[in-house]
Parts: sequence; structure tokens; C-alpha cells
Amino acid sequence: MAIKTQPVTVNLGPQHPSTHGVFRMRVMFDGEEIVDVEPIFGYLHRGSEKLAEERTYTQIVTLTDRMDYVSSMLNNHAYILAVEKLARIEPSPRGVWLRMIASELQRVASHLVATGFLIQDLGALGTPLIYAMRERENILDLFEMICGARITNSYLRPGGVFMDAPAEFWPALDRGLDDIVRTIDELEAYLSGNEIIFSRTKGTAVLSPELLINASITGPMLRASGVDWDLRHRAPYDYYDRVNFERILHTASDNYARYWVRVQEMRESVKIIKQCIEQIEPGPVRPSFDDVPRLIRPPEGDAYVAIEGSKGELGFYLVSDGGISPYRMHVRASSLINLTLLRDMLIGGQFGDLFVTFGSVDLNMGEVDR
Amino acid sequence: MTTVWSGAALAEAIEAFAPGSVESSAGTDVWLKPESISDVCGGLKTRAEFKFDLLSSLTAVDYIDHFEVVYHLTSLPMNASAVLKSRVGLGRTDASIPSVVPVWRGADYQEREVWDLMGIRFDGHPNHKRIMLWEGFPGHPLRKDYVTYDQSIVGPSDEQELVESTDSDGGGE
Amino acid sequence: MGQAFLDNSLWRNVYCFLAGDSSSCASRDYSAGLLPAGMEWLAFAIAAIIIIGLFVNGVLGGVIVLIWGERRLFGRFQSRTGPNRWGPWGTLTSVADAAKTMFKEDVVPADADKILFNLAPILIAAPALLVFSVIPFGIGTYVADLNVGVLFIMAITSLTTLSVLTAAWSSANRIAILSALRSVALLISYEIPMALAVVGVIMLAGSMSLGDIIVAQGIPFILVQPLGFFVFFMAAMAEMARAPFDLTEAESELAAGYLNDYASMKFGLFFLAEFMAEISTSAIITTLFLSGWRGFEPIPSHFWFGAKLIAVLFVIIWFRMTLPRLRIDQVLKFAWKGLFELTMINIIVTAILIAIWPEPTVRHLWYMAAVNWPVAILSIWLVTKLLGTPAYDRTQPDSNAPEYPVGSEEIPASSAYVVETSAQEGGD
Repeated sequence: MAIKTQPVTVNLGPQHPSTHGVFRMRVMFDGEEIVDVEPIFGYLHRGSEKLAEERTYTQIVTLTDRMDYVSSMLNNHAYILAVEKLARIEPSPRGVWLRMIASELQRVASHLVATGFLIQDLGALGTPLIYAMRERENILDLFEMICGARITNSYLRPGGVFMDAPAEFWPALDRGLDDIVRTIDELEAYLSGNEIIFSRTKGTAVLSPELLINASITGPMLRASGVDWDLRHRAPYDYYDRVNFERILHTASDNYARYWVRVQEMRESVKIIKQCIEQIEPGPVRPSFDDVPRLIRPPEGDAYVAIEGSKGELGFYLVSDGGISPYRMHVRASSLINLTLLRDMLIGGQFGDLFVTFGSVDLNMGEVDR
Repeated sequence: MTTVWSGAALAEAIEAFAPGSVESSAGTDVWLKPESISDVCGGLKTRAEFKFDLLSSLTAVDYIDHFEVVYHLTSLPMNASAVLKSRVGLGRTDASIPSVVPVWRGADYQEREVWDLMGIRFDGHPNHKRIMLWEGFPGHPLRKDYVTYDQSIVGPSDEQELVESTDSDGGGE
Repeated sequence: MGQAFLDNSLWRNVYCFLAGDSSSCASRDYSAGLLPAGMEWLAFAIAAIIIIGLFVNGVLGGVIVLIWGERRLFGRFQSRTGPNRWGPWGTLTSVADAAKTMFKEDVVPADADKILFNLAPILIAAPALLVFSVIPFGIGTYVADLNVGVLFIMAITSLTTLSVLTAAWSSANRIAILSALRSVALLISYEIPMALAVVGVIMLAGSMSLGDIIVAQGIPFILVQPLGFFVFFMAAMAEMARAPFDLTEAESELAAGYLNDYASMKFGLFFLAEFMAEISTSAIITTLFLSGWRGFEPIPSHFWFGAKLIAVLFVIIWFRMTLPRLRIDQVLKFAWKGLFELTMINIIVTAILIAIWPEPTVRHLWYMAAVNWPVAILSIWLVTKLLGTPAYDRTQPDSNAPEYPVGSEEIPASSAYVVETSAQEGGD
């Protein structure tokens, strides 16, 4: 028996509890099934790329903090590497180790946020989110010790970092790493075997690796489809070739696989940080101002550097005309590009899975709209 | 470690399967003729010696007298990368280039972003609309001749127009 | 005045105090009533009003306490403090919230159907209160002991969905409509296992009156009817739309569902009804399965009822705090493919047991429990096996033949063209 029905168009966002900021979707439903989705961006567009053209290379670090505001250190890192390549700056070893530690801590924090909000989108009323956020809080405390800021760190500088870590940072970091592992164990015990989470996420929004690569999707989403592509391993920047870590892979390429890959990557980040602590040696954290002046004037040319951000390949493209500020800065925003397949993931799915899939992409509107 | 194609080697390799498409090359960059971009990109993606299956980044730079569209390609099987560039809109007139969305779907939002902020038209893009700003926004902000403060402030006379354009587009008809 | 009222000690005491009818109040002497003879009808009316006022305000006060308790518990579950500013241990927080809700601006959407929009909050609050009329809170403490009490509860609780649909339809909001459709689907699916789960209890007690059911519980029926309890608990959670079945309000999907367009005290009434439903569900579970007000002697029956009620409430809040939400198709599948079968098994087994022991004494109830528990555990395990999500066949890519050709460490043949091997160090 066929009941005559008509699809209904619903506007979700930009004010909605689970659009991770101000994302808007115009969704056409046939009952609970999604027939069509139209993503609409731009509610958080601040013109960072235009603003960068009027600031010096060091000042732009503060702009990058505000792009993906849950992984500021990684943004700093990508940007600083681009500046170093453009201006041919040789970084100080201690500064490099410190920024690797900071980046990996930030990756853990970002994955914690992603995991927590994914479970929140699944409908848990805050408890897993708060467990994850509590651990993130400890990481932010560590950031406060090394750079005085918690979210908008601006910790990195061309050639290293702006400040050495205080003596009390190292014991705190050791304690923090143990706490992180304990929290991940707790989260996993609570979530990974949970039948509701498993039944909700298994087999939803499956994407083939070929499609993912064709759509330029990188990071945990790509690794969850079984493609062994991690820029830290494939194109090691900084001293990532001196640390050992597992690349976390999963073949299912569904929402559960994405969640699982993120959780396991946190453990690997902890391993990397431990190796960094072993290998770090005393020394200056950045080159002297004679070598790297405050006002950097890179030679004419362009540079593109991509790092493995928490959400995928995070790239900065800088063009210099020889002046004190970049002629053009472009951010390869993984959050935006990872949304390319949003329609493919959602159409044909259920309304209940809409925001779960959305959360499994792990996007940050600050980075999507910039 | 990712291997980076040198511009000269890449230009030679491209000329081998798409004659007459390369303008020049220097360093790691290859400048292509805009009209040949989709053929070259299709070849770079499928041919066994390149396999550039991932479009890392697509952006554009305003060089006052012309625009330059920049493609950063990555090959996952080869672990290699390459940079393609293309000069369009010489004399700032009619900046347009064929879209590479049929080759890489990853170009979808990036081309829309370039159109929105830089004003370069991508012929053949399946959904050629602005992405960050609303339809009817005056100008393309990342262009060097965009006067930041004068144009962005909405005067009393523009207000009605803006409201209308926002209403009618709603992000995209 | 029917005999049913006279069994009710609350009612009897008020009535006899006013009317002075000592014939029906043998326990105490109310020979000199306040009202003159012939005014029994007035005594009846006044007593009714007093009882109604007592119950309504008692329930509303209970809701206020529950909201505070739930928020405190949320805090504890989430390793934080919870409300602690206003009043000792934050007890007055929900009072402040209630005051705030009342003084908010009452917004009615322009497209709304005004009459239905205003009717919906009343429609939801009235049935939520009505349920309490048949629940015995202690020995002789109830408004009415209907002989079809269970049926009455089933009928009244279904009305909630009607008001949800009214609210959603009248507010002309598409998200609200989606929410209401889910609500109706939930009701249609869960009403059946819920009613069937009680059948076992009714068969054991031989009556539909809640008072008789409590009297029949020589041992709490949760021991005799584990399957019935499980199904009833799940179905009740779904009926009042609590996590993991909170699909109608689904904050992360539908924002607030059918409540989207309600503000001020209209929203407050919905909120109130929701918490009243939580209390009434706990009270029904306490009555049907936890032997209601029964307990040891010196401690009064009201205390036993309250303690059991709070225990059930705690479990409901615990569920809500811990579990994520199920998807609508999974929820419906759970009702039709899981709970429905379980109730059928329960009814058949209980019927056989009753055929063996037609007039069960406490000892017979223990025998029944001994049979029912293995049956319950086995059948729940079977349903879990049938409905559970199978694990992945494989999670790691095959290193010999990866799905996507990534992983060649060697530089391929085209490296003849390569002049530079650095992504970031050198520059050009």
C-alpha cells in the first residue's frame, strides 16, 4: 500500500544545538529519510586570508589561532612551517621538539572534542562530552604553562617557539600523559563496546577510499577507509622521522571507524610526545633575532606546506613579494574540504544519522568559513 | 618522504601526452595554458606515471595584471607532489578557466571559494555559486583592487538591495 | 458515595470530619460534624476539592524536587557539582526557574493555529495529573481505587501523544511535525508491549485494580515477573520519551522537537508534564512490580512507597545520563521484534504457571520466580543475539593487497624526473 506523501524541506541551522557552530543545511526529508541536502556556509566568515595581507608574518600567527579554534597549535605549526620554507629559516632543535609536543597535545585535545561531540550528537546528554572535555581541560592547563594561553595559543614563531617551557611543565606533562591514557581507556570502556553506539554508527555513511581520495578528503576520515596516508609518515616534517608511531587504520569507512581511528590516534600522539620528551635537549628555543629578525622579509616566491592536522591535511600557501607581510595567504582548510562528500554521506540516510555523520567528519566552523 | 616533481621534468612529461599545453616552467612549477587545464589534469590523474589522485589545494593569486590559479597535486601511490599554475584574466578581463571538478571532486568547494573571493569563473562547474559570501555581495574581496572599508560598509541606499538579494538567494537559488 | 470512597482513609477522614457521618468512620468518632445534617453533598464537594488540591500540589511539589534532584544527580554523574547557589545545596534552583519561566514573554508564532496552540499545554498537563488519581501512595492514600485501574492508566498515558501532535501541528513548524510523527510512531509501537507486559501481573493478581495488585504481591512481582518488568520498564521509558528513546525531543537532531515554538508558562506546562510523567511512571512501576507501599511494619507505608519511587527514578535518570539515543527504526524494531516477543513468552509461561497454581500463595510465587528467571534470562539473551549488531568481519586492511595502492616505500619508476626530495626543508 502506497501512501501519497510529499517531501518536506527543513532548514537546519545556523542556530541549532549540534551544527558545531553556525553551519546551515537545507534538508529535504521523505519521512525520516534524507532526499537532498544543501550545505550553506559563510556564517563565520571573517576574511582571515584578506586580513593576513595587512599583517606581518609574526602577527599572522594570532590569526591562525582563530581559524580552527580547537586545534590552534596545529594551525600555528602549519603556518610557521610555511613561513620557514618561504623565508628559508633553519629552526632551532629545541623549538622544533617543543612545537611537536605542543602539536601532539593539541591533536589529542582536538580528537577529544571530536569524540565527545560525536557522542553528544548520538544523543548522550553530555556525560561522555564532559568526560572528554575534562581531559581537554588538563591539556589546556599544560598550554597555559608553556605559553600563557589556553585556546588562542600563538605559541609558535618562525624558527621555533617564543618561550621555553618552565621547569614545572615537564613533571606536569608526565602526569598529564598518564591521565590522558587513563581517560582514553575510560572512554573506550564506556563507548567502544556500547551496543547503542555501535548499532548507530556501524555501516552508516560508508564511503569508498577512491571516492574519498577523489574528493581530497584526508586525515582520520581517509585512514578510517584503510588508506595508509599520514603526512607525518609520508612526508615527515620537523622531526617526525625521528619518532616511531603506528598509523591507525580501519577498513569500514563508516562513522564507527572514524570514531575509532580518532580514539586510537590519541594513544599514538601520547607515544610521540613521550619520544619527544626523551629526545629533547637544552638549547635555544628559536634562532636569535640576528638570524631571524622580528620583521621577516622573505624573498619573492611562494611556498605551500601541508601538515597532518587533527582533521586532515592542513596546508598554508604563502606568496611573498619581498615585503613584510605576505602578498597572498591561502589556507587549505581540511574542515571545508572534508565536507565535499557531505551530500553523498547523507542522502539516503536517516534523519537520526544526519548529525552523527556530520559530527564524524569533525569539522570546525572557524576553519570552514575562516 | 614525498618526492616533488621539478617543473622542467613535469613540463616535459605533460608535453608528451598533451602537446602544446605548457606555457613555461621554473623551479617546481609548471605554467599551463588555461584552456588545456582539464585535459592535462585528467591525464595527470589517470596516467600510470603520475597518478595524481588527490588535489591537495586549489587557490588563486591576484598579480594585478593577471590572476594565477594554483593547483597542488599529490599522488598517493607514488608519494609525489607537483604544482601546476595557470595565468588567467590577463589585463583583468574575463578571468575564467575550465573547472577540474570532473577530474577531482575535491575541487568543488575550493573552486567555489576562489570564484567567491577572487572572482575567477570556473567553466563547467556543476554548482557555480558563491560559498562564503551571499549572492549579490559587491565585488570579490581577495582581489587587490577591492577597497576593504568603503565597499564593505553598507550605505542606506544599498541596504534595501542587500536585503532583497539575501532574501532571494537564501544561500543559493 | 460509593463504597470505593469509603475505603479511602484520606477521603473518609475529611468527609466524616465535615459531615459527621460516624457510621462510615468507625475508627474515629466524628459524631459532631462541622456541617449540619442534610448538607452531605456540600461535605462531599469540599472534601473533593481539598483532596484534589492536596494531590495536585503534592505532585507539583514533587516535580520541583525531582527537577532539583535530577540536576544534582546529573552533576554527580558528570563529575561536577550541579546547581548549588540558590538555597541550601541549590534546593531553591527549580523554584527560581519556575518563577523565571512564568515571567517570560509568551510568544505565539504568527502562523500558529491559536486555539490549538493554547490548548496543547493543557491537554498534556491534565492527563499527566489524572494518572495520579488511581495510584495508591500508602495504605488508604489514594483518590480512587478503580477496578480497571491499569486500563485507566494505559488509556490516560496515551493522551500525551495527542497533545504532542496538537502542539506540533498548531505551531506550524516542520521540525515539530517530524517530532510529533516520531511520537505517534513510538506510541503505536510501545503501547502494545506495555499493555501486554502488564497482562502477566494482572493474571497473577486476578484484578486490574492497583490496590488489589499490591495486596496480591506477597513478594514483589519484579521477582515473579522479571520479563514483564523488563518490557514494561523499556516501554515506559519509550512512552515518556526518555533517553535512550528521547526521539521526540532529540536535542541534537530536532533542537526541542514539538516544543520549539513554545515559550513562557506554556513551555513550563510541557516541562512539568514531562516530569510528572516521569514520577507517575515510576509510581506505576513501583505499584505493579515493587509491591507498592508494602514493607516492614513500624516504618509507615508512605515511606516505603517513596523510597521505592525514588529508587526507580534514580534508575531512570541513570539510564538517561548514560545512554545515547537510538535511531527511530531501531527503536521501532526493538518494540516489534524484541519486546513484543518477550511479552508473548511471558504471557505463555505465566499462564502455564497459573494453570498449575491457580491461587498462588507466597510459596507458589517463589516457585514461579524460580521458573521465570531462567526463562527471562534465556529469552532476553536470545533477543539480544537476534537484534544485536554483528561485529565487523575485518577492521584492518590486508597488508598484502591493500584496498587502495598506498604504501610503496620505494620511489617508483617516474623518479627519474625527480630533482628534489623535500617537501618543506629546502625551498627552491
